[in-house]
Amino acid sequence: MDLLIELFSEEIPARMQARARDDLKKMITEGLVDAGLTYASAGAHSTPRRLALSVDGLSAESRAVREERKGPRVDAPAAAIEGFLRSTGLSKDQLEIRDDKKTQVYFAVIEKPGRKADEIVAEVLEATIRTFPWPKSMRWGVGTLRWVRPLHSIICLLTDETGARVVPLNVDGIKAGNTTQGHRFLAKGSFPVSSFDDYVIKLKRAFVVLDHAERAAAIWQGATNLAFAAGLELVDDKGLLAEVAGLVEWPVPLMGGIDEVFLHLPPEVLQTSMKEHQKFFSVRNPRSGRIEGFVTVANTETADQGATILKGNQKVLNARLSDARFFYDKDLRVAKAGMGEWLDGLASVTFHNKLGSQADRAARIVSLTREIAPLVGADLDLAVEAARVAKADLRSAMVGEFPELQGLMGMYYARAAGMPEAVALAARDHWAPKGPEDAVPTDPVSVAVALAEKIDTLTGFWAIDEKPTGSKDPFALRRAALGVIRLVLENRFRMSIDRPLDAAVLRHQIGLAPSNPELLNEILGLAAQHGIHGAPTRNLIARSEGAAPSWLAMVRDHDPSVSDDLRDFFHDRLKVYLKDQGIRHDVIDACLSMPGSCDFTLLVNRAESLAAFLKTEDGPNLISVFKRATTILLQAEAKDGVEYSYGAEVKFAETAEERALFDALDEAEAKIVPAMNSEDFAAAMAAMAQLRAPIDAFFTAVQINTDNQVVRRNRLNLLSRIRTICSGVADLTKIEG
Amino acid sequence: MSEKMTTPKSFQEIILRLQNYWAAKGCAVLQPYDMEVGAGTFHPATTLRSLGSKPWAAAYVQPSRRPTDGRYGENPNRLQHYYQYQVIIKPSPPDLQDLYLGSLAAIGLDPALHDIRFVEDDWESPTLGAWGLGWEIWCDGMEVSQFTYFQQVGGHDCKPVSGELTYGLERLAMYVLGVDHVMAMPFNDPQSPIPLTYGDIFRQTEEEYSRHNFDGADTAQLLRHFEDAEAECQRLLDFPPEDPKSGKRIIMAHPAYDQTIKASHLFNLLDARGVISVTERQAYIGRVRTLAKKCADAFRLTDAGQDAEVGA
Repeated sequence: MDLLIELFSEEIPARMQARARDDLKKMITEGLVDAGLTYASAGAHSTPRRLALSVDGLSAESRAVREERKGPRVDAPAAAIEGFLRSTGLSKDQLEIRDDKKTQVYFAVIEKPGRKADEIVAEVLEATIRTFPWPKSMRWGVGTLRWVRPLHSIICLLTDETGARVVPLNVDGIKAGNTTQGHRFLAKGSFPVSSFDDYVIKLKRAFVVLDHAERAAAIWQGATNLAFAAGLELVDDKGLLAEVAGLVEWPVPLMGGIDEVFLHLPPEVLQTSMKEHQKFFSVRNPRSGRIEGFVTVANTETADQGATILKGNQKVLNARLSDARFFYDKDLRVAKAGMGEWLDGLASVTFHNKLGSQADRAARIVSLTREIAPLVGADLDLAVEAARVAKADLRSAMVGEFPELQGLMGMYYARAAGMPEAVALAARDHWAPKGPEDAVPTDPVSVAVALAEKIDTLTGFWAIDEKPTGSKDPFALRRAALGVIRLVLENRFRMSIDRPLDAAVLRHQIGLAPSNPELLNEILGLAAQHGIHGAPTRNLIARSEGAAPSWLAMVRDHDPSVSDDLRDFFHDRLKVYLKDQGIRHDVIDACLSMPGSCDFTLLVNRAESLAAFLKTEDGPNLISVFKRATTILLQAEAKDGVEYSYGAEVKFAETAEERALFDALDEAEAKIVPAMNSEDFAAAMAAMAQLRAPIDAFFTAVQINTDNQVVRRNRLNLLSRIRTICSGVADLTKIEG
Repeated sequence: MSEKMTTPKSFQEIILRLQNYWAAKGCAVLQPYDMEVGAGTFHPATTLRSLGSKPWAAAYVQPSRRPTDGRYGENPNRLQHYYQYQVIIKPSPPDLQDLYLGSLAAIGLDPALHDIRFVEDDWESPTLGAWGLGWEIWCDGMEVSQFTYFQQVGGHDCKPVSGELTYGLERLAMYVLGVDHVMAMPFNDPQSPIPLTYGDIFRQTEEEYSRHNFDGADTAQLLRHFEDAEAECQRLLDFPPEDPKSGKRIIMAHPAYDQTIKASHLFNLLDARGVISVTERQAYIGRVRTLAKKCADAFRLTDAGQDAEVGA
């Protein structure tokens, strides 16, 4: 038989409907199956006012179950027998006594008769309603029941060949029945339904399209046709389509035009304003690419074919766009004057009370950009100019109204200010990548500022000890770190991140408004390039002792713990990132402990080569002979209390296999050393793979521990050569299996 | 929806129709609260009366002040002083949505011609320690009201739940009357012997208060007054409930709540003067919330705020 459920309520938020459909289907069908029923198929639907589920081919009753359980012996202590009775829910006279290995034990025979589907459905539906996982739920009136908005009626209907019957159910005074209502305005009164098909048909007659996908398709089709008829095209927006489909029961798309006076606004401004405030689709002129119209989707049909509705929407849009135009024109005046007003204004916007204003932040980003630009091949003057103005649009009226346009407006305003295109693009892209799916900028100027922006954020919050914990990451620092990693990797930049991190952490630790900032920038610039302990940095520090600004001691006695911790955080994020790319964690660990682990590109090259190597036949075999060699070596070193690294000599070799290994090692080394020098990990590993056969043969033919101590030591030193050569490629001891 | 659907002629006619409509639906039609508030919700008829279990139904116009929204009377939609129409019914009746739609019809918004929508909007007032779920109501894409089922006020769970409707009167009336600038809106019937527009009445005051809010108000004094209101609220609540003079139990919940309203408005003025930093802002809001919660606690101990006795 078939089951129809409808939960009819006041308007369900559009964004919650998809989850709710899935939850309803899952909770009901799992509940039915857990109670012993079976079904063929189920489908969930939603409109703004109802959640519905149809289940087809439901069994009429659950199978009877007979269960036998063995209990305690007849002469067991009373407490044991009591416990058995409690657990079975039987009384003592209902137990059977059976012979069991020379003694007698109690047996409980529990007969669970099959239950009618009606009973089970009622229980499962009530439990589902009472425990439904709405993201936010509420009470209403005098009741205690919770639902997303007030729940008004329930259909719970079972249909079989004998007809349809309502499943008796009463949830806090709401009795299940077989009636529902149609469209709020276009249909009047309630009507009974007899099956899911009848329900769908009658709803449609009452101006309700039950299926969300059908509504979405109708909206898309209708809107596309309207646009097409006017020689225009609809701008694709799946998220908006799903949302709008959740706002209407009877979609009626209506198209309007955008007033000429607003057409000079950037298309993103038009789109954002129309989408965010009014849920309008944008309509584009395919020839000019301009946004020239909109489609709004009404929830009703009117005698005037929507003329009043369209007029009203148009009026609201005009008011909104008037605001936008006012902001834009005002902003353009500031931009054309060089953005000075905004740049000054950044001083009054707090970034974080311990990290100063946006102006402080912008100054730090300029310094960092100066350090990073040479590392990523960016023109220094352009990058510094881009960093200087990158945050200016935060003070613009448009971004004040639409924070999601920050960056993008910066680009338009930088262009209006006559700044070079690289600067304008950096204003837009220095926020990128905002998420794992977001594209990574490639223009070096954008990349330099994007890296500086994120490194300033990360080092700042690390310096004031506001790190992410567990699920809490209020400043999106994980995203920032992933952004740095992707910026470096996807552009294949060769830069070691640790020195700029050190310098940036120090800048934060020294704090806002340091004395002699020029000297500080000079010292930290050298530190970012040569390291804090690098000779040029040390020389300048030594030469500056006479000037002795108060912060000099902090640089001189640099405490690396904060940067070390941040570096570990980067490595953790990198592991997560590489795991998503399918690189095993042990492979990553084997590469992380090698030198150059702050050069992410180098690190990933190594890890990818190692991962590829492990997929070849030689790979795992080489790892196992390598491990065998190191195990023997470590045991011998522990026993003898020496490290065998003196170099083996071929003249002490006794067997052909031993001599062959000498040759093979010489040959491998001759290939691996230059390959490693040129960071050609694939070649190095290929050379390493050649060692597998000779080492295998060596182990088969040769006994390491012989009585001749000279020969034994020589062989151990030979193993040591294997260890040295292979360990130069990666820390193979970390590889599992 | 049997009400006449003729289009109203003036701002005041819309108010009068709403008054008549909600009076006919059984609400006590109250008058505005005589203090400066930011929204109709601040009226004790909403905040305090939504607490406790005693049934309640009230409707009223509330002049509301948002000092930061002042635009010297020039912006077509923004005012630092405007009117809200507020309906509060406890417990929320099951047909509250239909009652609300009836009120739109009463002011000439016929659902057969317009597109009326309930769009998710969760309401939260950090200063009142209050939140609820509901919608903003759209008429042809324009937000014309807020509809909220109160879940918590002053930190107390609302049992039963009150239903609150808030109409932004100027915006709603401009739409109904087809006016593009608030100052051009007819306040009384344009056919009256002395026709008055909204601007005739409020343009000058918008100018004066905009200057006052942004430049005139003495911030040092405002800060002092804030502290005073805060202290006074606490002092009033600290009185023992027994009044020695009358021998009655009198908790001064409403007088204390007046001080909360004052503190809230003073904070809004300080905010408009731009002397409150982003970080301080949260602290001020928290201080007002503390007062609101204490007043709610006190009101729950009074006759009007108690849970009705069983069978009452």
